[in-house]
Parts: sequence; C-alpha cells; structure tokens
Amino acid sequence: MVPLDYYLILSAIIFAIGVVGVLIRRNLIIVLMSIELMLNAVNLTFIAFANSLGSMDGQVIVFFVMAVAAAEAVIGLAIVISVFRHRQSLDPQEMQLLKW
Amino acid sequence: MDASLIPLLPGAQVLLTALVVMLLDLFIDEHERGLLAWISLLGLALCGAEAILLWGSSEGTFGDTLLLDNFALFFTQIFIAVAALTVLSSMRYVRETGIHEGEFYSLILFATTGMIVMAAANDLMVFFLGLETMSVAVYVLTGMWRSSARSSEAAMKYFLMGAFATGFLLYGIALIYGATGSTNLNQISAYLLEPQGQWPPYLFVGGLLLLVGFGFKVGAVPFHFWIPDVYEGAPTPVTGFMAVAVKAAAFAAWARILMHELSPLDSDWALPLRVLAIATMTIGNLLAISQPSVKRMLAYSSIAHAGYLLIGIVAGEEWGSTSLLFYLATYAPATFGAFAVITLLTEQDKPKEDYGHFAGLGFKRPFVAMAMSLFMLSLAGFPPLAGFTGKFHIFRSAIIAGHTDLAIIGVLNSLLSVIYYLRVIVMMYMNEGGVKGKSFIESPYLYTAVGLAAAATIYLGVLPMRTLEWSRSAFSSLF
Amino acid sequence: MNGAQVGFFILAGLLIVSSLWVVFQRNVVHSAMALVAALFLVAILFLTLNAPMVGVLQILVYAGAIMVLFLFVIMFLNPIGLEQRRRLWWGFGALAGLLLAGALVPVLTNGDAPRDPVVATELFGGPEELARSLFTDFVLPFEIASILLLVAIVGAVVLAKREP
Repeated sequence: MVPLDYYLILSAIIFAIGVVGVLIRRNLIIVLMSIELMLNAVNLTFIAFANSLGSMDGQVIVFFVMAVAAAEAVIGLAIVISVFRHRQSLDPQEMQLLKW
Repeated sequence: MDASLIPLLPGAQVLLTALVVMLLDLFIDEHERGLLAWISLLGLALCGAEAILLWGSSEGTFGDTLLLDNFALFFTQIFIAVAALTVLSSMRYVRETGIHEGEFYSLILFATTGMIVMAAANDLMVFFLGLETMSVAVYVLTGMWRSSARSSEAAMKYFLMGAFATGFLLYGIALIYGATGSTNLNQISAYLLEPQGQWPPYLFVGGLLLLVGFGFKVGAVPFHFWIPDVYEGAPTPVTGFMAVAVKAAAFAAWARILMHELSPLDSDWALPLRVLAIATMTIGNLLAISQPSVKRMLAYSSIAHAGYLLIGIVAGEEWGSTSLLFYLATYAPATFGAFAVITLLTEQDKPKEDYGHFAGLGFKRPFVAMAMSLFMLSLAGFPPLAGFTGKFHIFRSAIIAGHTDLAIIGVLNSLLSVIYYLRVIVMMYMNEGGVKGKSFIESPYLYTAVGLAAAATIYLGVLPMRTLEWSRSAFSSLF
Repeated sequence: MNGAQVGFFILAGLLIVSSLWVVFQRNVVHSAMALVAALFLVAILFLTLNAPMVGVLQILVYAGAIMVLFLFVIMFLNPIGLEQRRRLWWGFGALAGLLLAGALVPVLTNGDAPRDPVVATELFGGPEELARSLFTDFVLPFEIASILLLVAIVGAVVLAKREP
C-alpha cells in the first residue's frame, strides 16, 4: 500500500505549484487554470484522508468542491470576457484605470 | 435524522424572494421594473420580522450542521438591514447606469442568503458553500456596471483574489477534516476537548491556512491590497454592501469557527492574530491619509476598522466577542451611509469621489453634508455617536483581557484617523467650488437610506444599551 | 518498494511535470492541454484511493465540462502573442512556491500515528455509498450547492451577454 503521507505531500506540491502560477502569471486564463490546479490539490487531500479514515465524507466533499470549481470557472471566464470587451488584453498589468 | 425546517426559515425567505424577483423580471415591462425593488424590500422585511419572532430560539437541524441561535439571528438582522439599505440606495442608480434591475436585486438577495447560511453554519462545508454563494454573487455585482471599464476590472481583481483565498480556506478545511475526521464543528470541538496525546501537526497548519483565507476575505493586512481597487471600481451601492455586509459575514463565521469551536487552539494563534490586528489598524490608517479620493480613503479606513475588529477577536472571551458584534453593528450604518453619500454625488461617467468634489457641499446641500459629517465623526470615534460606543467597548474588552498595549495602539490609531475624516468635513464647510448642480442620481429613496443610516448612527451612540444587550445574548447563545 | 508504490511514483512524477507545464508554459493552449493531462492523472490517483465514482466525476466534470469551457473561451478571445518570461519575477514566484511547499511538507509527514488506509467494504467509493452519504448527511450542502450553481448561471449570463 502507498502510505497516506505520500499523497499529502504530492498534493502540497501541486498546491504550491498552483500558488506560484497565480503569483507569477500575467495571463488571466492561466491564472484561472492555476486556481483550478490548487483546488485539485485540495481534492486529492480530501480523497486521501477519506480513504485513510474509511469515511465517505471526504469523497462527498470533493463532489461539492467540483461544483464550486465549476461555478468559479464559469464566473471567472465570464468576467474575463467582459474585461476583454473593454481592454482587448488578458494582461492584468494593463488595467491601468485602477492601480494594481 | 432530524430535519426541522424552522432554522432554515430566514434564509429560505430571502432565497424565495430572490427567485420571485428573478422570475418576475422576465414577465414585466421595462418601466415596471421598479416593482422588483419593492418586492425585494418586502421579502427582506418579512425575513426581519421572522428573525425577531424567532429571537431566543436555539435549535439545530440536519444533524446540527445549521444552527438557529441568537448569534445567527443577530447577524441575520445586520445582513438584511444592509441589504435593504442597498436596495433603497440603488433604485435609481441601477436604472441610470444601465444595470439590469431584476438580476441586480436578485443577486443582492442571493448574496444575503449566502451570508445568512454563513452566520448559521455549524459545519465547515455548509459554511464554505454559503461563503461561495455570497462571493460569487458579489463578484457579479461588482462587475455589473457593464459600460464602465473600472467595474469590470474591479470584478476581475476581486474574483482572482477571492478564488485564490478560497483555495487556502479549502486547504485549511481539508487538513482539519483529516486531523479530526469531521467537518461538523460540534464533532471537531469534541475531538479537540478529548484528552489525548498528540494532535497531528497538520491540524495547526490547517487552522493557519483557514486564518489566511479569512484574512483575505476581511481584508486584513498583508492580505488587503485588493480592497482599495475593488471598492473604488465597484458600483458605489455595491461597495457599501461589500464594506459592511460581506465583512460582517466573514467576521461572523470567523467568530463562530475560530473563536468558539476551535478555541482549544487559541494559544497557537494568539501571536499571529495580534500581529495581524496591529498591522491592519496601522497600515490601513497610514495609507488612508495619503489618498486623493474619498472612496479610496473609505476603502482604506474599512481596512483599519477590520483591524479594530481583530482586537475584539484577540481579546476573545465574553467581552471581546460581545464588543466584536456590537462594533459591527455600530460600524455598519456609518460606513454604509458614507458610501450612500458618494452614490448621491455620482455624475454620469464622471466619478465624483475626490476631496475637491466635496468642497462647498455644506452650503449647497446642507442635509447631505450634515449626514456625511455625522458618518465621518462616527467613524473617527467622536462621542456621542455610534463609532464612539463601539470603539469604547472594543478597547475596554482588550484591557479587561490584559491586552493593554493593543488598546493603546488602537486609541493612537483612532487619533490618527481623525486627520482624514476631518479633512472631508473641512472640505465641505470651509471651501468653495466643487459640485455645481444636481447629480443624476436624485432619488427620494437614496435620501431615505442616508437618513436611516444617520438615524442609526445617532441612536447607537446615544442609546447603545439595548443593542449591547442583544450582542451579549447573541454571543452567549454560542454556548 | 512494492508495485503500488512504483505506480504511485510514476503517476506523481507525471502529475508534477504536467502541473509545472501548466504554470510555466507561455502558450495558453499548451497550458490548457497540460491541465487536461493533470486532471486525468488526478482522476487515476482517485481510483487508487478507492474513489472510483469521484474519479469518473473528475473526468466528466473537469476534463469534460470545465476544460471545454476554458478552450472555448481561449478560442473565442483568440489571444495572440506569447507572454514575456520575466526571469526575475518568475524566479521570485518559484522561490515563494518552494518556501510554501517546504513549509507544508514536513508537517504532512506524520510518522507516529498509524494512519494507513483502513480496509473498507466492497461498496466504499461506489455510486451507492456516495449517493447515500450525499442525500442523507449532506443534503443541506447539496441544496446550497444548487443555489450556488444558479447564482453562477445568472451571473455568467449577466456578465457575458452582449449589450443590445
């Protein structure tokens, strides 16, 4: 069997990669994808704990996290479209109306 | 499983109103849309009446994942009062700015539903879904002024920061779930009270990640940088809604989750919380002084107020929590009122937000200037206004809990804040020029909202005892 | 090291590589493709953790729905031009990530507590068990999630609809 620790460490690494993506990227769509990566890392943690605790709770929670991720992706992409209508750019640095 | 539906009543009432408004919007003519605002107000009033009738009840439902207690009802009252004021102050605004009315009101109501769930949640998952419902609705509200580029960009920034914070919050929930085996707060606190050897180390990290997530949501320094841009870009009535109701909802969940149920971990986050409180007050105030725009100044001042509220959290115990709830009640009318005054001064495509635009207001529009002065003095903490009693109890609780240094830093910060609040009043009464005629948002409802906020500011300052008593019984219902 | 562990390390290595690809790739479409790969790998990891139903949902919801939405928006906006690699800033971000991972990994390595997988029943992780839990213990969050999705639908229409 693969110990629980391995899964937890793997998801911590994926979470950190997602955080890096949000911090460094200047393309809104890639920032959104990095956030999805963070949520997936959290899902992996939940499933690993559910397996080790032998309870279904963690798996059901992942189901809800997917619903939340879907809602956030939809809203995020809608906002991207509405920003793009004004700016013709996906670079948040170019949003000069409000100081970043 | 027991499934009494009564605890769902306040939330369900607001949700039902939201659905009615959303569907009715499809069937009525353009010029009859004003009706939707009245339906929203009616629904909120019904919810308020229900909350008053249910006051004193203490009931859990769906396996104690949702509680109806005085704590939840106290916050429900704050949320619906702010939501009602938001609807009142945007009745004319939405039409003039081309925001879709039906969706606007129903999203305000959906966000309020999410907040009510957050304050009543006794399960981390229920809390999380309530938070997301609120957040998603408010992201959309921020970006709803479609013809304004600032509004879209503010929505983008708010969304990115919010989703980023969600990641941290959720990771915290995952680690707490792994350590304790449950997301239900009753079971988590039962686990924490069990005398047993070692807690797994990731329990603390989970708590810390939760703290980071909350820090983002309430805008505590160093997670505050999104606040000024988002508050400035959002349609002004929505800014008022965000600055008051969203912040109150985050603090409600914070109080229930971190202060009460996870209190065995208190000693571990006392230090980070102290640092957070001091940094938030001081940096919020220092940055507020240098702002050229009143709207941005208010954004930074709301950061500073989050810092004062954090003192209540650090102080903890009965006094800290009671004063936290009371402070939120006193902070609400003054902050919302100040944003409503800015709404009142809005001109088409020209945001009237600089200090210069307030020049001479005292002579041209005495009522507006008087109300704005009240709000500024209250936020600065002058007696006998609401802000004074709120601050008095917060600092007193800090001293009782033995955090005299925090109280002193808080008082010094309040003195510092007088500089920028008085600057608005000086502008209004001692300068000439500024706004010429009437703004394009002249509506009796907006004046009503400003008047109500001003009345509440005076009432809470002069006769605070009843609300203080409510805060205390709200807090004690947690036990 | 047994077979299951070898399999885990292969999957973990691939997942880390594809996640890095998502974050450090300059071309948006390549990033999206790498994300699809990462989501599939996570789904396979779910299968190894006795969560077959959630694994299937992962592919249906994420790879099936969310990624299609991403690709659709990328095509719709058709952003031309690659992002500059600003070495200093990217290096700083990578350092922050290393610090975060470095802080998280030691606390997650929990040596003493015997937390190896509990052997569960046959049904564990199947649709039956998931549905039973979902519609009894979690029926309230389920309803709130439906409100959340409704808000998202309304919001997306309001924001992305073309003005008349």
